Amino acid sequence: MIRGSFIILLFLFIGESISYFIGNIIPGSVIGMVLIFLALTFKIVNPDHVRSVTEFLTKNMTIFFVPASIGIMKSWNIISTHWFSLTFICISSSILIIMIVAFIQERAEKLKKQKSETKAVR
Amino acid sequence: MSFQESLFYNAPFMLSLTMGSFLLGTYIFKKSKISLLHPIFISMICIISFLNVFDIPYEKYAEGSAFINFMLGPAVVSLGVILYDQMKYLKGNVLSILTAIAVGSVIGVTSVIALGKLFGLDDSLIISMEPKSVTTPIALGISQSYGGNTSLTAVTVVICGMFGAMFGPKVLSILKIKSPVAQGLSIGAASHGLGTARAMEIGAIEGAVSGLSIGLMGVMTSIAVPLVHWIYDMLI
Repeated sequence: MIRGSFIILLFLFIGESISYFIGNIIPGSVIGMVLIFLALTFKIVNPDHVRSVTEFLTKNMTIFFVPASIGIMKSWNIISTHWFSLTFICISSSILIIMIVAFIQERAEKLKKQKSETKAVR
Repeated sequence: MSFQESLFYNAPFMLSLTMGSFLLGTYIFKKSKISLLHPIFISMICIISFLNVFDIPYEKYAEGSAFINFMLGPAVVSLGVILYDQMKYLKGNVLSILTAIAVGSVIGVTSVIALGKLFGLDDSLIISMEPKSVTTPIALGISQSYGGNTSLTAVTVVICGMFGAMFGPKVLSILKIKSPVAQGLSIGAASHGLGTARAMEIGAIEGAVSGLSIGLMGVMTSIAVPLVHWIYDMLI
């Protein structure tokens, strides 16, 4: 547990430091995610050392968003006047993103499947 | 010092308030099986009502619950491990995933600008909403660098996250999307970590791809925002 936590926090720290040096364009946590992925791929980190910690963190991710969501109290004035347009834009734009992303990926997978099937027939 | 300050202005209380509300939310969500009663939505109602009744300022809550907020960072790093575990499902999908997210991020930003103009919203409101489908830390960074209102950004991020977690799987079943990679990718692209938490419940591939989607969407949206504005200024 301690070893796993140490590794995760170390990668978060490295990520945050890199983020600072590149002018915070990409958040440290995302850089840390990419770095630990690379470290696992190149066998620098043993996945069994971190798995118990990462399982706990990813399975309980929803609760970590609660404090940020309470931030709604701070901008209550803007939200109460524009609540309809804000929710409408968020929901319709989200539906659009889900549709387009899922459609492109599913389409690509089908095309690839068809290609491999025609190859098999030949 | 008033009684609220000595009783409630501390980490043990704020943390138990947060976790207690969340547990209640999870219980109601599981019993009712109504997608709208998402645990985070119920937690928000409980916590905000409590803070209002006892007249506790938001800053005091944020201070006391800082530990839970901090855990978001390690959780995002952990997604890298999930991604590594599911790597075999990504092989051969790299190009389509990159294309899907690139198009998705541009559509996300464009649709916010178009609808915002249609509703006659201020430019500062629109820019605050543009990174809405991106995970909180990246979204706040984007909003800040273009002069948006960061607390409004945080709220729209949570609205999109809740929507995807509540109704994302439903939208996908209406569209008859079967591929686990497409399901995870699209939920993560629209609803970042909250969508990923939901995708994890559907399956391990969905969850891992959704985690990848958070990172890609974050990076590509930070490019898409200035790009779309540049094109918009050229045309108009």
